[in-house]
Amino acid sequence: MPPRSEGPEELPITADDDVVRVRQLVRTYAQQTKLSLVDQTKLVTAASELARNTLIYGGGGFARVEEVSDGRRAGVRASFHDEGPGIPDLTLALADGWSSGSGLGLGLSGAKRLVDQFDLDTEVGRGTVVTVTKWKR
Amino acid sequence: MERVPILKIGGLLLVSIQIDLQDQSVLALQEDLAEKISATGAHGVIIDISAVEIVDSFIGRMFATIAGISRLFDADTVVVGMRPAVAITLVELGLTLGGVRTALDLERGMKILGQLGRGRDS
Repeated sequence: MPPRSEGPEELPITADDDVVRVRQLVRTYAQQTKLSLVDQTKLVTAASELARNTLIYGGGGFARVEEVSDGRRAGVRASFHDEGPGIPDLTLALADGWSSGSGLGLGLSGAKRLVDQFDLDTEVGRGTVVTVTKWKR
Repeated sequence: MERVPILKIGGLLLVSIQIDLQDQSVLALQEDLAEKISATGAHGVIIDISAVEIVDSFIGRMFATIAGISRLFDADTVVVGMRPAVAITLVELGLTLGGVRTALDLERGMKILGQLGRGRDS
């Protein structure tokens, strides 16, 4: 078993293998929060998409992962921060099949479907923060 | 970067993914497989993902790319051993892997390739 983590933890996303490390960190939190296996898989998959976006489109950044509670239930929150070009057209970026890069265009829209809460904070020229939360059922 | 080994069994190539794939490993695997199919004349490729905990859009696209490359070398590809949680997640993500043949496990995958390969060698 991985060691229990306390509080938020941050990992840099500056290279390819950082995406793998972010996935593993999110999985550790999802396991200790006792999300179901399907929910763990969904959250880790969403994290993988978003971490790759941070790296490729945001030019790198970092991820923050934490256990959260809304008073009734526990959950895992992961946020992805970059200081890249930002997203000029959110509607387009969130549409299935649209991609500014070489991807399938499923990254943002797909990640959104896999989590319970999805927040996107972006400003052209300043960067992007995507925050996702999965609650324990 | 870790590399995924490719094993040759008769006319088949077996790729069993046992590591947490980073994107560079995915790209390397595609190249290695193309080389190997071309060098061996294999008629089938089996990708075993029973140990794979997540398939995101990048890894999912790899399956389609490998299937496409194999086809150019007159070889068929079967992805076997997908975990239930991975299957549910893939569909919700929006990746249906339309052009990729799948089988429940290695045994059935080999059977499918055996049937597809029959007749072409004789």
